[in-house]
Amino acid sequence: MNDFWQDGEGIADTAAPDGPIETRWERRKFTAKLVNPANRRKLTVIVVGTGLAGGSAAATLAEAGYHVKSYCYQDTPRRAHSIAAQGGINAAKNYRNDGDSIYRLFYDTVKGGDFRARESNVYRLASVSVNIIDQCVAQGVPFAREYGGLLDNRSFGGTQVSRTFYARGQTGQQLLLGAYQAMERQIGLGTIEMNARHEMLELIVVEGKARGIVVRDMVTGEITTEMADAVVLASGGYGNVFFLSTNAKGCNVTASWRAHRKGALFANPCYTQIHPTCIPESGTHQSKLTLMSESLRNDGRVWVPLAAGDARKPGDIPEAERDYYLERIYPSFGNLVPRDIASRAAKNVCDEGRGVGPGGLGVYLDFADAIGRLGQKAVEAKYGNLFEMYERITGENPYETPMRIYPAVHYTMGGLWVDYDLQSTIPGLFVVGEANFSDHGANRLGASALMQGLGDGYFVLPTTLGNYLAAGPFATVPQDHEAVVEARRAVEDRISRFLSIDGDRTVDSFHRELGHIMWEYCGMERTEEGLTKAIGLIRSLRDEFWQRVKVPGTGEQLNQNLEKAGRVADFFELGELMCIDALHRRESCGGHFRAESQSEDGEALRHDDEFSYVAAWEYFGADRKPTLHKEQLEFEYVHPSTRSYK
Amino acid sequence: MDIQVRVWRQSDSSDKGRMVTYDVKDISPDASFLEMLDVLNEKLILDGADPVAFDHDCREGICGMCSMVIDGVAHGPQRATTTCQLHMRHFKDGDVIDVEPWRAAAFPVIKDLVVDRSAFDRIIQAGGYITAPTGAAPEAHATPVPKKDADLAFEAATCIACGACVAACPNGSSMLFTAAKVAHLGLMPQGQPERDTRVIDMLQAQDDAGFGGCTNMGECAEVCPKGIPLNLIGRLNSDYRKALRNSAR
Amino acid sequence: MAAAAATPARTSKRTSSVLLKILMAGTGILLVLFLFAHMIGNLKIFFGEETFDHYGHWLRTIGSPALPDEWFLWIQRGGLTLAIVAHIVAATILARRARAARPVRYAHRPKVQAGYAARTMRWGGVIVLLFIVYHILDLTTLTLNPNAESGKPYANIVADFAPGRWYVTLFYAISIIAVGLHLRHGIWSAARTLGQQTARGQRIGQGIALLLSLVLVVGYLAVPFAVLTGLVD
Repeated sequence: MNDFWQDGEGIADTAAPDGPIETRWERRKFTAKLVNPANRRKLTVIVVGTGLAGGSAAATLAEAGYHVKSYCYQDTPRRAHSIAAQGGINAAKNYRNDGDSIYRLFYDTVKGGDFRARESNVYRLASVSVNIIDQCVAQGVPFAREYGGLLDNRSFGGTQVSRTFYARGQTGQQLLLGAYQAMERQIGLGTIEMNARHEMLELIVVEGKARGIVVRDMVTGEITTEMADAVVLASGGYGNVFFLSTNAKGCNVTASWRAHRKGALFANPCYTQIHPTCIPESGTHQSKLTLMSESLRNDGRVWVPLAAGDARKPGDIPEAERDYYLERIYPSFGNLVPRDIASRAAKNVCDEGRGVGPGGLGVYLDFADAIGRLGQKAVEAKYGNLFEMYERITGENPYETPMRIYPAVHYTMGGLWVDYDLQSTIPGLFVVGEANFSDHGANRLGASALMQGLGDGYFVLPTTLGNYLAAGPFATVPQDHEAVVEARRAVEDRISRFLSIDGDRTVDSFHRELGHIMWEYCGMERTEEGLTKAIGLIRSLRDEFWQRVKVPGTGEQLNQNLEKAGRVADFFELGELMCIDALHRRESCGGHFRAESQSEDGEALRHDDEFSYVAAWEYFGADRKPTLHKEQLEFEYVHPSTRSYK
Repeated sequence: MDIQVRVWRQSDSSDKGRMVTYDVKDISPDASFLEMLDVLNEKLILDGADPVAFDHDCREGICGMCSMVIDGVAHGPQRATTTCQLHMRHFKDGDVIDVEPWRAAAFPVIKDLVVDRSAFDRIIQAGGYITAPTGAAPEAHATPVPKKDADLAFEAATCIACGACVAACPNGSSMLFTAAKVAHLGLMPQGQPERDTRVIDMLQAQDDAGFGGCTNMGECAEVCPKGIPLNLIGRLNSDYRKALRNSAR
Repeated sequence: MAAAAATPARTSKRTSSVLLKILMAGTGILLVLFLFAHMIGNLKIFFGEETFDHYGHWLRTIGSPALPDEWFLWIQRGGLTLAIVAHIVAATILARRARAARPVRYAHRPKVQAGYAARTMRWGGVIVLLFIVYHILDLTTLTLNPNAESGKPYANIVADFAPGRWYVTLFYAISIIAVGLHLRHGIWSAARTLGQQTARGQRIGQGIALLLSLVLVVGYLAVPFAVLTGLVD
């Protein structure tokens, strides 16, 4: 087995307080050192990324008096991909008096994460969730309200309590604009120095501490080294390693991966969430996949033809020849089973040749019953905008013909390893939001990503970062410091290497091929054989990339292909690590399903005795084996049990 | 289907720029407009030419990054649709399609179809927020908001700051953008304390950024992919007048 | 560094466009009110020469005896001139800004959704101004009037629009239609600028603007066409 990795020493989260879980965060806040307000302006913090986590962190740190330098690759901080989140944000407000509580949200999240998340972190997340809603309302976020003027809640993602706050289907957009506006206020006040259209390409580590980054101005191509007392990565997830995903086209792993190469451990890379209700691919031109809200499954019925290869139009297939497979296999949850289960079931029926639409990669989501029962008006009121979106993209009218859906990569639970303080294994490097691994375990529940991003940025990081910065300001690092020069040279060398290869294949063609490999072997179902094969394929494709890629233009201009080349190069290394992580985890849990580890009736089988740990990987070079460090997980409050939705 | 595109090519802000014609063959009607340009770019790269630079990100109509004037219309011929959500089935085989960047002095061209929209950020900086430092927020239910106001505020808040309104306006005015933000925050009780200074400061920032004034032509609302209603501009004007009156007191 | 996002493009502060628009709306409303008063006076021509000339005389004695003769008229003329100048100055500033805000045209000229009236506000305004100048020289100072008999407005008008001078009537008609178009967009636009803010109000406002413009156009064209057709002689 050790062809692919080596085992290292265990790792522990030393920042987490012990004792009663309810007071751990309170105690951490009390023990955290404080920074004198007068000293804060002398302390500079770099924040990479301006999504929910980065935007809220930058605004809050600036409000507290720190000098913040913020970077994003988009043309303005308001476009970060948090904006695309549709469903909602969870908070344990218990406004519905339906038995919700911080403890229940904590419990649901640990269980939903398939017992692969830290209890301490999740409890803290649940407890700050209530403050998030207060904060967002104060900023003027237009949440949905009831006629009495109070906030509306809905049940989301199969939970039995209504704790999800939402702003129609655009919750992420509205929350992000709240954070963006708070940020712009600080930019106007001069406390945040905003650098849009800038991409972080390297981390600068001086004497063991994260002290800066190397960035490229994407308009002029200018490379600069930016120094600070601490660096915060809020650069999002890595779903684009699959090429096709619901991520924005620009989403990438480069910031995280560069930090990983500099010593930050990368945790649980194989945990990816595949969302069941996306619009299927329509052809080889496909550049991204579009998610439709999970809420569609509340009234839509999922089915495929009973017989393989049935090419009739859906309307011509009689009831008796349809297989409503979710209702058949999971009678108690039916169409509302969790995301991972719905996704895998769709894959299974398509593997049996019963998929529908182009390429046989799709299943029907049928609203005929709902329209018959509630009337078209009622269905339109509930899902009108989603139906329009579907029709805009596919050209088909879902009121008349069933929607076609297929799973797509949506979220990555893995990320840089952080301790309770959200600090990585490099002192001074903090990681927030989807970029870290901390709160969702092996599977994320619906409406929890927004909660985590904002919880980290508004409430957790500003406290824990202060504890680190209390020891600062740190000695100024001169621009000619060895570490700075080396980091800068590494970036310049890499850029000139991309430009000099002048091969015969485009960056996108490599990315697409890498995506195929990842989807095929490291997607919804993984096997030892497949993963081993994938690692070989990725390695040879990576070699080919460095021989044959063609990057047009120069480095001194807006060059979108040069940007892509750097991102894809990092995806190759990440993809390999994802496969290695998936290969080593010989159990099925959450978003990771190993075909070898399933129950007799085909359900995921965890092995808590062997794998109840966080796999944190250390980098030693693209051609050398990574080292596995295990952080054992303890469950004092929520005892591991098997999820069952039958 | 086979089409021709005539695309604005401009190597950088100092270049004069020109329209260049390209053939794009064998495009699926199910491809999006941006996917059609992806196909063109793949070909250009392999031919050793410079691919067309264009802004795009989420490709699901919400980030506001994509920005093209297609056949003279911001975001193209389909109403209430961003460029990334426009599909080739809305064109015919053999069509010649003109693709140009947003045209406005406040949005200078960076390269090809990419423009600099940071002027919008400056308008927000001037007052497009509610001052609510983290941690100072009262309990969310302390202030009920009438559902009608919350719904109207949401409608205004759906603006994605793509800039199509400015691109379509013969005066290069950003009134619809500013009006949407002023309406969103002005409709919420939380937004009242700063309501007057907000509208005065945002309008000042808008003027200083080099946007033109509004002549109530309505081109902006026609092309808005999010259907921001034109009458919000009236609301903005009314807020401004009241703010002037209040500040004179 | 690209702190460009944080530095304003201009350091000097511009006069608010919306303030200029409010100025245009306010002065525009004054001018429209004057147009209605003027039209009502014009229509007195249908009551005969004596009534009309008497009305003309009365105009000079408004405010009497508190005000000496013609004082009111001069106050009104001064007010109107100020309004027109302010309207034009604001329009010019805004037009120059608009041109500067859109320095490059689209290669593919879009089909516009706004009506002809909205698009011709600026050129229409210039035509209206030229007309006002001619109109004053014609029927106020009588410099260009063929009859040019002071205190006899009825005769002056009849001579002015005599069938042989069809080109004068044509120019007058074109100008009045230009005024109508200008007001069709202008009246509603003024309401919007002053804060009209509902979609229903927009429809009603545009309807009222159309109606008022039509009334003005018909009212003003009635006189020359009555002379032309011999209804008034």
